Amino acid sequence: MRASREVIEDLRRRIDRFHGGSPSRKSLPFGIAPIDRHLPAKGLALGALHEVIEHGPAAEFAGTATLFTAGILARLKGPVLWCLTRRDLFAPGLMQVGLHPNRVIFVETHRDADVLPLIEEGLHEKGLGAVVGEVTKLGLTASRRLQLAAEASGVTALLIRRWWTLAQKDLTHLPTAALTRWRITPAVSESMPADGLGRARWQVGLMRCRGAEPCSWIVEACDAQGRLALPSDLAHGPHPAQVRKPAAG
Amino acid sequence: MPVAQAQALVPDLHVMDADPEGESKSLLELAKWAIRFSPVVALDSPDGIWIDIAGVEHLFGGEEALLKTLIARLESNGIRACAAIADVPGAAWAVARYGKGGIIPPGRAVDAVSCLPVQALRLSPPTIGAMHRLGVERIGQLAAMPRAPMVRRFGREASLRLDQALGHAAEPISPIIPDETTVATCIFADPIARLEDLKLVVRQLSEEVCRTLVKKGQGVRRLDIVFRRVDEKGAALRAGTARATRDHAHLAKLFDDRLETIDPGFGIEEVVLIASRTEPLDATQIVACGLDEAEEEADISRLVDRLTARVGVDRVYRLAPVETLVPERMAAKVPALSPPARSAWPDGLPRPTRLLDPPEGIITTALLPDYPPAAFIWRRVRYKVIKADGPERITSEWWLGDQHRTIRDYYRLETDKGARFWVFRDAPLSEGGRWWMHGFFA
Repeated sequence: MRASREVIEDLRRRIDRFHGGSPSRKSLPFGIAPIDRHLPAKGLALGALHEVIEHGPAAEFAGTATLFTAGILARLKGPVLWCLTRRDLFAPGLMQVGLHPNRVIFVETHRDADVLPLIEEGLHEKGLGAVVGEVTKLGLTASRRLQLAAEASGVTALLIRRWWTLAQKDLTHLPTAALTRWRITPAVSESMPADGLGRARWQVGLMRCRGAEPCSWIVEACDAQGRLALPSDLAHGPHPAQVRKPAAG
Repeated sequence: MPVAQAQALVPDLHVMDADPEGESKSLLELAKWAIRFSPVVALDSPDGIWIDIAGVEHLFGGEEALLKTLIARLESNGIRACAAIADVPGAAWAVARYGKGGIIPPGRAVDAVSCLPVQALRLSPPTIGAMHRLGVERIGQLAAMPRAPMVRRFGREASLRLDQALGHAAEPISPIIPDETTVATCIFADPIARLEDLKLVVRQLSEEVCRTLVKKGQGVRRLDIVFRRVDEKGAALRAGTARATRDHAHLAKLFDDRLETIDPGFGIEEVVLIASRTEPLDATQIVACGLDEAEEEADISRLVDRLTARVGVDRVYRLAPVETLVPERMAAKVPALSPPARSAWPDGLPRPTRLLDPPEGIITTALLPDYPPAAFIWRRVRYKVIKADGPERITSEWWLGDQHRTIRDYYRLETDKGARFWVFRDAPLSEGGRWWMHGFFA
């Protein structure tokens, strides 16, 4: 029995190597046990390419995806390069999840095709915490190139997929070489005892992941340090009183 | 006109001796100053300067912005200048002196100069006199004449100058290089044209420049490279660094991507690398690798240099807080390597991550006049609001006075799907306030 487990572990490691991933890859845990357990790297793999896509009513503005990304950046060390194509980013909003503006260098282009070379340039610079790119079109070859650059330097790349037309939205379904693809959807937040808004909730969907099944979780939005949390009313299962017991007999 | 006659005509005439030497000296100084705009700057005595801006105009935000900056900076130094940008030096010369100046679009040199007087061709006075005697006043008239009789009548010079103004003949301009500048030159016996060769040459030259700079104790802040082609045409590239550096590999890399844009034509026979702006840079201790396991410190200045070489200096920036509460003005661009901002945006106030600029009008329905909206229509889609927070009143700065006063009541709304929006009302409802969509939250 033990021997067969070792064989399986060895095979897993070999398959990992085929995928270009090393078993000793560093990762950034989300701090949420179900998500970290599910991911092969036990967290967000560093030195790799990740995609973040927003889904929801105002998805073309990617407000939620931006916050999710900024929360990850806030927990990483080192300066961050943020490649923009539009001027709609509102920097004070980033500070609320703990990403200080002093850490972020923005670079801006007007054409979508110009963003990818800038991202690659950033990925070559060891010592950067991460590179964020806002891209519309991302082909297999281009994403493979970015993934290789990220692997070589150990800099994490986070791509926020943006779109402005339905045709561009369909592009986000195409396969890329990114290690993971996340889909962030705003979810209805917990109702408060009084008027007002509580902590936002997101449905964080892992759409694609090398070495893991797609999955989805409801989480509470990033706090001031960029940490996600499990909703308290969902964390420990349904309330005992609500669990129906089968009728006797 | 003799001085005595002039003084008789104008009683308070101020007379000064001509000082051609001093003038040409100060023109040279001015030309050296103009090197900040492009590496290829040449004197056009007695009263002009050529600047070859091919390959550098994007660093100043385009030709128009470059021209405006140039003239404004000269004016602030008390120099009134006329400037023109054209495909060929001859056309620019003509339009700057006899036309309105400004930018002549590519390929339109003929239209631009044909209505100018023949003096705009840089001809000697006897030739111009001969043209006037025959009734040839405009360049267009001269260009329309059959070439052979024209050359016989006015000489070869007229034909050459006409071709130079119309862009039919090449006109090399020889750049001035200030004596104290560090320069590395490479002249080839056989012209080169391959991109790989060019890259190699740039690497070798930057090594040479850096060796010279080590002796001088200086580091590069701006580096220019000038290519001279077999057919006497030139091309130039420029790269800046955010911090003085002597790292030759890094300097060579700044040109790597843009070398493709150089058209070698029939071959390049000379490459000149000029460290056109330098700053003192002391020797630094080299840290031995592998001795301690300290994490690699990011050298952001190099990344900034490479990005700047790609997109231009004003597109690489950081955002710094501005002391205002009006969302549109809260962030200001600062250079990427400027010292960290001391102040910060007030935290604790919920702010969106994406801003809609300008805000878009929405149609709302509320239960009571001063309640937050219960539903709204934005971009023809109806959203039902289930939770709301507000109002948060944001006013413009008191020191701006009442004229530009804006008062906005911001609400955060959560729809039944969970999406959160930032909307505001620009005045109380009784004063006809309207609702606007302004930002997107998580």
